[in-house]
Amino acid sequence: MPTRNLKVLMFGWEFPPHNSGGLGVACQELVLALRHQKIDIDFVLPRRVDCRSDGCNFLFADAPGGTLSVKPVDSILSPYQGKKSYKEMLRSILSGNPGTLSYGDDLMDEVMRYAAAAKKIVSDADFDVIHAHDWLSLPAGLAAKKISGKPLVFHVHATEYDRVGAEGADKRICDVEKLGLAACDRIIAVSEYTKQRVMQVYGAREEKIRVVPNAVNVRNFQANANLEPLKKQGAKIVLFVGRLTFQKGPDYFLRAAKIVSTVEKNVYFVVSGSGDMERWLIAESARLGIADRFVFTGFLRGNDLVRTYKMADLYVMPSVSDPFGLTALEAMSCGTPMLVSRQTGASQMLAHCLKVDFWDVELMASKIIALLRYGELGRSMAQNASKEVLKFDWEESARRCISVYREVLTA
Amino acid sequence: MPAICLYLHCHQPFRLKKYSVFDIGSGKPYFDDEQNGAILRRVAEKSYLPTNRLLLDLIRQTRGKFMVSMSISGVLLEQLEKNCPEAIKSIKDLVDTGCCELVSETYYHSLASLYSREEFVQQVGMQNRTLKRLFGCKPNFIRNTELVYNNDIAKLAGELGFRGILAEGWDEILGWRSPNYLYKAKDSELLLLVRNYRLSDDIGFRFSNRAWKEWPLTAEKFVGWVNLQNIAGNEPILNLFMDYETFGEHHWKDSGIFDFLEAFCWQALKNPLNSFTTPSLIAKNLKPAGELDFWRLVSWADTERDLSAWTGNQMQKSALDKTYSLEQSIKQTGNLRLADDWRKLQTSDHFYYMCTKWFSDGDVHKYFNPYESPYESFIAFMNIYNDLVLRVKSHNSLKVEEI
Repeated sequence: MPTRNLKVLMFGWEFPPHNSGGLGVACQELVLALRHQKIDIDFVLPRRVDCRSDGCNFLFADAPGGTLSVKPVDSILSPYQGKKSYKEMLRSILSGNPGTLSYGDDLMDEVMRYAAAAKKIVSDADFDVIHAHDWLSLPAGLAAKKISGKPLVFHVHATEYDRVGAEGADKRICDVEKLGLAACDRIIAVSEYTKQRVMQVYGAREEKIRVVPNAVNVRNFQANANLEPLKKQGAKIVLFVGRLTFQKGPDYFLRAAKIVSTVEKNVYFVVSGSGDMERWLIAESARLGIADRFVFTGFLRGNDLVRTYKMADLYVMPSVSDPFGLTALEAMSCGTPMLVSRQTGASQMLAHCLKVDFWDVELMASKIIALLRYGELGRSMAQNASKEVLKFDWEESARRCISVYREVLTA
Repeated sequence: MPAICLYLHCHQPFRLKKYSVFDIGSGKPYFDDEQNGAILRRVAEKSYLPTNRLLLDLIRQTRGKFMVSMSISGVLLEQLEKNCPEAIKSIKDLVDTGCCELVSETYYHSLASLYSREEFVQQVGMQNRTLKRLFGCKPNFIRNTELVYNNDIAKLAGELGFRGILAEGWDEILGWRSPNYLYKAKDSELLLLVRNYRLSDDIGFRFSNRAWKEWPLTAEKFVGWVNLQNIAGNEPILNLFMDYETFGEHHWKDSGIFDFLEAFCWQALKNPLNSFTTPSLIAKNLKPAGELDFWRLVSWADTERDLSAWTGNQMQKSALDKTYSLEQSIKQTGNLRLADDWRKLQTSDHFYYMCTKWFSDGDVHKYFNPYESPYESFIAFMNIYNDLVLRVKSHNSLKVEEI
């Protein structure tokens, strides 16, 4: 008797090019790798506009392996919106598209509305396991579990404490995360760091947690470098890539840059990303008198991002709290030496990079300078890192997810 | 009738302080006295003192039938004098029995033999003077740092008046020949003792490895292997060369390593065909069985027995080249403090910490490594190097002004 493919109902996030950060990339790569390993996937995601007819269903129609059907739900949910900016976004969408969208003005209402919409999908879908990514899709995942009685795997990419820090954490969001961690059947943490965090902060039970690291598709970062005029003049480039929010620590990058600029004259700091701190960062760089050393590129993707990585002499990831830090793998794929904050999952998993506590800006600056001065350092590091990054393979991550599915099915 | 030549090598570097680019030019000292003192006291407690006590007991109880030889780097002797004088005393006691031979080397445990003949000669001279001052002896044999050896180094050692040298008994060089004979260096009268790495590493590396099929290694079993040599062709010597810290540090006391050493001594002497010996006694009693052509550099490290642990990557090469490029300008200053700092930077450990071939030889390399990564060690080293360059420059410009 031929065995049927295992079927997963996944509550995920938008794929590139509609994504606004690493979560969309992670979802896409994981889904590709799962399908490659003969897993069927019903992929539910929030969409800002109705796109049921846009051909998403055929996104990977030619690929061999498991099937994928995408089930978009109208929603303005995005994995990276704090409550305040959510309201702002809501206002702009409401004013820009009157009539097409009608939502409550509270984030929790929207999450619950999304969960309710997801229920409809659940009732006509046939699946074995539910897989939800991060808290916004948790209520939907829990509803699906309740209706279907199927096991729920909760994939933690970041917690509320990572995103906004303990002081800014929204109690209601924390409650959802706590509830979800307790109610789900298995927790997938993207790093040992995240595993420890959900255990400490939320009291999640260790025996339920499996660590499945993120990975990188090295092929996506193998375009040719384009040397910019700055480089031609012998300038050094220090790069930041990430959302410009508290979690990613761009302010620490700025403060380290200030120290570096006092001793190293021909260095430029490139900030690639967008977010709620962008204006503040620009203003602050001017206040510190280093605005002329800063280049804000906005959010980059594809070849533009690859070129920027390759152009850089050093990639700095100063995250305040980052469960994984996918950009580290991207920089490694591009052969760019790295300095990463110790408060990241990546720093625990990677050997061939420099490490620093995000708050120690003087040490951060001293390591940046050392890297700029001692050419062999970056060359040796990048050479070894380009081998090390091959260990982070989405196929392997998918295999680990599948073994979690099998666990919950036999439990 | 193997005469067992047990040789122990003993060394601790002056580890560097955390030194940031902002410390360059600040006058901050280079060496981490606090950490070095703490490590030294710990290793002395766990290894040097109990091992010396046991060795002395064995020499006395066997009435001199048990013998041992050792080399102790000058930088370790310097630290012991300062932090653990009782260890110096315990070595002196061993030497005074006449059953413990000291072997020379470079004072700074450096790779000078590869970079500067003049520097190598000076560092060996310093070591010999130190051995004379502390223990009243003049060594006949020499070992180079990490047993780094080739025909050129043999020539150098011969010119310095040594009777013989120690090296690794590596198959690639030995071919069909056994390490259990006395040899001489190619085109030279310098005697050559090569390490039997299989039996040496059974004790040095594998003793406490529970995954090893011979674990637990008993003295009866080990001496059984030694006795095989009597049957297999009557090879005259057995060179067991290993780190001194094998006893009590690489293998902790509770692994039974001290009991093993003691039992090994008695068990070996049970067979009248066995004895213990030292390099100079071998030189006196045996004629070299042939010549060994060390056409390439061989060390006793890692599975490659090469220099890749010190010179394998760009950081290491660059740091070494830059360090030795300072030789003439340092010596021109005539400043002993500068010269001593510069020479302590030559200690091979600093370059070993920069080794990136972690994933195959990881365990050994992480051992005693005070850095989070090889990259951090390179940064600290280069920052200190740049500070030293500044000091040399300012010293020279001061001199010009004085004139």
